[in-house]
Amino acid sequence: MKSRVLVVDDDPALAEMLTIVLRGEGFDTAVVGDGTRALPAVRELRPDVVLLDLMLPGMNGIDVCRAIRSESGVPIVMLTAKTDTVDIVLGLESGADDYVVKPFKPKELVARIRARVRRTETEPAEQLSIGDITIDVPAHQVDRTGEQIALTPLEFDLLVALARKPRQVFTREVLLEQVWGYRHAADTRLVNVHVQRLRSKVERDPEHPEVVLTVRGVGYKAGPP
Amino acid sequence: MSLVGDRARQALGQARQVGDELVEAFNAVWRRSLQLRVVISTLALSTAVVLVLGFVIQTQIGGNILAAKLDDAQRQIDSGTALLERELAGVDPNRDGAQGELNNALDRLTNASADDASGAPAAGKFRAVLTSAAGGGGSDVAAGPLEAVPADLRQSVAEGARALRYSTIDEQGVEIPAMMIGQPVRTANGDLEFYLLFPLDSEQRTLGLVQSTLIVGGLILLLLLAGIASLITRQVVRPVRQAAEIAERFADGHLDERMPVHGEDEVARLGESYNEMAGSIQSQIRQLEEFGALQRRFTSDVSHELRTPLTTVRMAADVLYASREQLLPALRRSSELLVTELDRFEALLGDLLEISRLDAGVAELGAERVDMNGVVARAVEAVRGLAEESGTPLELELPAAVYADVDPRRVERIVRNLVANALDHGEGRPVRIQLGSDEHTVAVLVRDHGVGLRPGEAGLVVNRFGRAEESRARRSGGSGLGLSIAIEDARLHGGWLQAWGEIGRGAAFRLTLPRTAGDTITASPLPLGPDDRPGADIRPPGAGGSVPTPPLGWPVVIPSWSEGDDVSEPAGDLR
Repeated sequence: MKSRVLVVDDDPALAEMLTIVLRGEGFDTAVVGDGTRALPAVRELRPDVVLLDLMLPGMNGIDVCRAIRSESGVPIVMLTAKTDTVDIVLGLESGADDYVVKPFKPKELVARIRARVRRTETEPAEQLSIGDITIDVPAHQVDRTGEQIALTPLEFDLLVALARKPRQVFTREVLLEQVWGYRHAADTRLVNVHVQRLRSKVERDPEHPEVVLTVRGVGYKAGPP
Repeated sequence: MSLVGDRARQALGQARQVGDELVEAFNAVWRRSLQLRVVISTLALSTAVVLVLGFVIQTQIGGNILAAKLDDAQRQIDSGTALLERELAGVDPNRDGAQGELNNALDRLTNASADDASGAPAAGKFRAVLTSAAGGGGSDVAAGPLEAVPADLRQSVAEGARALRYSTIDEQGVEIPAMMIGQPVRTANGDLEFYLLFPLDSEQRTLGLVQSTLIVGGLILLLLLAGIASLITRQVVRPVRQAAEIAERFADGHLDERMPVHGEDEVARLGESYNEMAGSIQSQIRQLEEFGALQRRFTSDVSHELRTPLTTVRMAADVLYASREQLLPALRRSSELLVTELDRFEALLGDLLEISRLDAGVAELGAERVDMNGVVARAVEAVRGLAEESGTPLELELPAAVYADVDPRRVERIVRNLVANALDHGEGRPVRIQLGSDEHTVAVLVRDHGVGLRPGEAGLVVNRFGRAEESRARRSGGSGLGLSIAIEDARLHGGWLQAWGEIGRGAAFRLTLPRTAGDTITASPLPLGPDDRPGADIRPPGAGGSVPTPPLGWPVVIPSWSEGDDVSEPAGDLR
């Protein structure tokens, strides 16, 4: 079955070109040109990935991102023309999983989308635990003492990557490769922002993390089981 | 002896030194304080005035006193003469017993003048002398202190005229100035000489009193004048000082500083004019700032707005390029050109955006402790493709574990730009990339052996969109902004970017960064000049060319080229 990509972009030429490229790569695409129609489209179409332009009429891309994230864990890849740290971090904090800076090459975009939808293959039954958190990998479920914690797929991937090798310290670069699928070193801010988001959900006290520990100067590792 | 002499000389030298210092200090104060100058000038001028005035007053008073005295003396001697002529009409000075007669006559004279207080005005106390004429032979008879009368006075009197002299008389061992007046007295048997001596001690005392009064008064007057001058100058100087302080603060960037304006006098006018000037400067600066900000935002906006259509074009081109095998040769080549030129266009746009961000001062330094080895190696890897294309061997000299607080993305970009630049201009000859460090700094040197730089070009190569020479092809597809960005990046780190070059011998670019963010650097661990000629001197770290990169400003060429000389100095400082 083809993966469905929802393109949210107000520029018709770019939207059409994205459609051509993505169809050529074997995706199903749908386009909405207005931020206010993005959320209904997500509800209706249940896409596998949302491709979201941050500069939108009607509703700001950041707000659209937040709105989608508030009710869906669908992977969001944002398209941005701005490379300033503030803009990128703001986008990531509002819930985007990854970003692509205009102008991008088609291959780059496709790689980013593939990385977000690739987790459909069946996984072996696996139970992991960090601290008082238990992770049911094939069911995509995370519990703390019987209470379910809702994570986005990306956050889930991040947590699983850490939990699978409890004693290993992961550098940001390694996490970028394992979770985001970047082969070359990319923007480590992606990792920082998502670790913060993950902590806000799985930690009892995000100020004093017990599940995702920071190893100063190196990276992150899982807390003791 | 010589020891004493030495000591004396030493002491003298010290004293002179102290004196010089005092003079210097005074000169400094004199130059800097208008108030002091006015006070001292006032003091000097009024001292002169007071001195002249005092002298005139004193002379005037003394003259008047003496004239009055003389008047009285004339009258006294007139009446005395008349009395004596009456009394001594029958006295023969040459006869025995004349002495007694003279004494009696003098006694009567002094008594008469003492009794007759209401008669002739008192000429004060006096002493009378009566003597027989000096010229008449025989023994002199005299009454009174004849020895006090000077000889020249007697001479004049002997010639038969009234005469006046000022001299001193001795009174109980004290010399007192005195006025002496002489008059011949005729008697039946010969002439007598009659003298009156007026001691002037009381007049002298009066004059002394006047003098000391004048001195004390003058001094007080001077002090008062100095005080007044100081006060008045203060009134003028204080607003001026205030104005100076406000102007300084204004110059320091406090553009809202204004002078307080009170009343309508000159100071108020100064304040008003100053405030007007400050206002107009402020508004112009604001305008310029706004204009600059607007321009920068425009650049940034344009760059952003261009990105969306560029993305579409880029994707379209890539789709065409991906299926270029199915196209006719001309179309195929076109699609290839389209893609390569789009790459250039993108690089240019990215650089433009970066430079506008650096110009706007919004670029931030994401400093972290990294191994420079890795950063430089990554930068070199990024351009290795270019190097292989042009067949340029890359010589790396990268010691491991050179840690520094830098922004790895920026440093990587700097090194990438430098190496790409060296590949562009290296004419296929080896390019050496060297990493060096010392306690406080790290440095990366990129050296090519290509066409080199002409004199003065070292400073120019960083001109935006500048190409050192028309013939220099750009293989790297660089935008021409690369070195400009590199300089801004280096400056953001508080580092240096310097260039050296010589025609036919290649060029060298050296980046020096502080190991700890925020440190200032004073020397670079790597030499910038040529190192490959026979007998080349490897300059010790920091020698020559370590000109700091100033915080702001644009490249200034610092030529250190000398004709026909082997230049080991850096040819320019890229600021």
